[in-house]
Amino acid sequence: MTALTDWLTDPDPKSRAQARLGQAWLSWLRLRRNPLAMTGLVIVVALLVLAAFAPVFATHDPIAQNLGQRLLPPGTPGHWLGTDDFGRDIWSRIVHGARITLYIVALVALTAPVLGLVIGTVAGYAGGWVDTVLMRITDIFMAFPRLILALALVAVLGPGIFNAVLAIALTAWPPYARVARAETLTVRSSDYIAAVRLQGAGAARIVWGHVMPMCLPSVIIRVTLDMAGVILIAAGLGFLGLGAQPPLPEWGLMISSGRKFLFDQWWVATMPGLAIFIVSLGFNLLGDGLRDVLDPRSAGR
Amino acid sequence: MTTSSPNATVQRSLSLLRGLAGAMITLAITLLGLLLVTFVIGRVVPIDPVLSIVGERATAEQYEATRIALGLDKPLWQQFAMYVAAAAQGDLGTSIRTGAPVAEEIARYFPATLELATLGTLIGVLTGVPAGVLAATRPGSLADQIVRLIGLMGYSMPVFWLGLIGLLVFYGQLGWVGGPGRLDPVHQMTLDFSLTQYTGTILIDTALNGAWDVFANALSHIVLPAGILGYVSMAYISRMTRSFMMNELGQEYITTARVKGMPEWRVIWVHAMRNVMVPLITVIALSYAYLLEGSVLTETIFAWPGLGSYITDALFTADMPAVLGGTVVVGVVFVTLNMLSDILYRLVDPRART
Amino acid sequence: MSLLTVENLRVTFDTETGPVQAVRGVSFSLGRERLGIVGESGSGKTMTGRSVLRLIRPPGRIEADRMEFDGQDLMRIPETGMRALRGRRIAMVMQDPKFSLNPVMRVGEQLTEGLRRRDRLGRAEAVRKALAALEAVQIRDPERVMQAYPHELSGGMGQRVMIAMMLIPEPDLLIADEPTSALDVTVQAEVLQILDTLVRDRGMGLIFVSHDLRLVARFCDRVLVMYRGRIVEELPARELMAARHPYTRGLLNCLPRIGGARGPLPVLDRSGDWADD
Repeated sequence: MTALTDWLTDPDPKSRAQARLGQAWLSWLRLRRNPLAMTGLVIVVALLVLAAFAPVFATHDPIAQNLGQRLLPPGTPGHWLGTDDFGRDIWSRIVHGARITLYIVALVALTAPVLGLVIGTVAGYAGGWVDTVLMRITDIFMAFPRLILALALVAVLGPGIFNAVLAIALTAWPPYARVARAETLTVRSSDYIAAVRLQGAGAARIVWGHVMPMCLPSVIIRVTLDMAGVILIAAGLGFLGLGAQPPLPEWGLMISSGRKFLFDQWWVATMPGLAIFIVSLGFNLLGDGLRDVLDPRSAGR
Repeated sequence: MTTSSPNATVQRSLSLLRGLAGAMITLAITLLGLLLVTFVIGRVVPIDPVLSIVGERATAEQYEATRIALGLDKPLWQQFAMYVAAAAQGDLGTSIRTGAPVAEEIARYFPATLELATLGTLIGVLTGVPAGVLAATRPGSLADQIVRLIGLMGYSMPVFWLGLIGLLVFYGQLGWVGGPGRLDPVHQMTLDFSLTQYTGTILIDTALNGAWDVFANALSHIVLPAGILGYVSMAYISRMTRSFMMNELGQEYITTARVKGMPEWRVIWVHAMRNVMVPLITVIALSYAYLLEGSVLTETIFAWPGLGSYITDALFTADMPAVLGGTVVVGVVFVTLNMLSDILYRLVDPRART
Repeated sequence: MSLLTVENLRVTFDTETGPVQAVRGVSFSLGRERLGIVGESGSGKTMTGRSVLRLIRPPGRIEADRMEFDGQDLMRIPETGMRALRGRRIAMVMQDPKFSLNPVMRVGEQLTEGLRRRDRLGRAEAVRKALAALEAVQIRDPERVMQAYPHELSGGMGQRVMIAMMLIPEPDLLIADEPTSALDVTVQAEVLQILDTLVRDRGMGLIFVSHDLRLVARFCDRVLVMYRGRIVEELPARELMAARHPYTRGLLNCLPRIGGARGPLPVLDRSGDWADD
């Protein structure tokens, strides 16, 4: 262990890999000292574990109804978070709902940044009228309020998880395009890009092989910070009945179905809301801590 | 020597005007793009607009007549041109649900949203700016950590859920605030039948009428949804204020002010704050725009008869002209707010004027 | 009698990798004279100047065995007392007017601010004094400059405004931190001339922080040479060019001379005892 840390903290690294791993190690040390960020990390890891082993953690079937057990309060033996109006165990539904949340988050995280990255790098690298047109389009999409555009899109596409993901991704890409373009503009004029061009590489190859990788780090930081927003919008669509459809245990949908009993059986709407809150807080805390560690300008060291 | 000349003021206003003209062109292009997007959405929607007007049992002639009346027989680009021309004159189509012009309906619903979002932003600014300044002047302190945590919690809270919990606690359990809606029915009658409605915003109208009992009731209804929106806005504004203020406090002119023996409050609230205001204006405008959007979900919870309720209700009845009209209006407000903040920015920052 | 006495001044920055000492045990005293502090960047000369005003921002800390200004213990007096000293009795001119003037306040407001807030003068009286101060730094159109924003002024103009602003309350001690380094060479001489005249006429004490040895030799009475947070040599300014300390000699040898040898300038030799911790 000490040999490893010595190797990592070696002020005179022998290889590029060692230098890079050493940097990562220092970042990790800095992150570890931030209790809020560590809380976030624990929450996100817990979410991953919960989703991966949902059948193990769930005590009941998340969908099977049991009308004899309707609306039991939290603390009832066997149903520690209570049951909903169909007698389904709320804890088990939340556990299985973690899978849906992760599914949405992962899909959006894989699509929107890629779309933004492509548009941003192309606009930044091509310059001229291509840049103007693409950036104008980006501005137009940015001018739309995200949730309302997503609503209009879902209205066209029809409700459902996949369409909700599509609508969110279609509204989430513009900021990534902006970040990627800014990054591209700084990279474009650098000498090594000129060197690649002199070797005869075409524009597509330069953008794909040399410009895009340079934009990745800043885009990745943004993705982590955006995840909480994606979770909230997805839950909002679910709440309005435009995302996941019953009987799926999607958290926003669960809140919406608990609304009818708000004043008498408060837990039905409260518990899934708490789940959304805790998970998006986890992503926010982690993203915030990561930015402090990875972005030297805001770290104030 | 200085670049100030006798007609420096004239030159300044000229360059301000030139900036304005540029902003107007950008605005026009963005608005056109906005309309194009809603137009495209409206065309690909799997709802037949003719059928939804004439009904299932219409004859083929009736159907065709309506189709021509709607201009759907013309090529797409002509349809778009008609759509833009109509929108420029304030015509956003006719609601399928009610048969009334969408623009008229939105004009009726909008003041409620405006009132809510404005009060929310006011709360957000009044709490967020001091909180951000407090955090920035004591980085790493307990106060800083608390402001950071409260801010991140605001970022993470589903606003509709927060609304439900607020109703449960402050209305259901404690009875401190009015329930859903803008007014109790009794007061709504007073407002509708015996008061002059100048603006459509109840707080202002009742105050102008001197109807303080109705005002108090309206306040008890708006305080919870506005407080919740205000919290979301505060989360954003406090974080941005902190980061801007930290940046300014590290500047050399701050040292100059301290060397001059200025008290700390003046260094922070006059010297640094005037510089913080420059980027903060954009942030406040943005957060105001976000609140208009956040009101979609909040209004659903609080049965608030605003634009958000209008759009969601239209969604569930497949009233596409209403949905798209609402989307266009919110988009226009977004763009206008952006432009206004841009102009304000030029006014506050002397460097942006020349 | 001495205006300022500093004994064993230390400035420490607590960073993630442990405390870093920017100033380590500096002692000097100053009468109504002109004291130069020279050294490379990072030698602690700026920190020494700012410590006197207690304007080191956290995570920096100031410690000293004694730091007395005109009989008052600067380490002990509360922040309010310190504020009364700043501006009125001790002032500071900083390096670059582009950063040291508030970009969104008119020059007039920045000039009169001290008079109105600190000295509680009326508006007309404050404006009159500010105009006089601008004239004293040889600004020919003071009314127009009062109405200008800092970005509308040239560097030399900005620095004159800065000097005027700092000299309005007629302080006893002026700290000038590289006051001409950010200016064009042609303007440097003018600004220095103004500073020199004002300091002489009003009989102030001056701490002149600079990396420019020739400037300091010409402009000051006495010179402290700093290296890595310590004073390595103290000597009368007219003897600076004949300094004996190896570090000072090293610095001097790095200066190009008209008519001197055309070979490469020597690299500073840091092998002596003085260079170790």
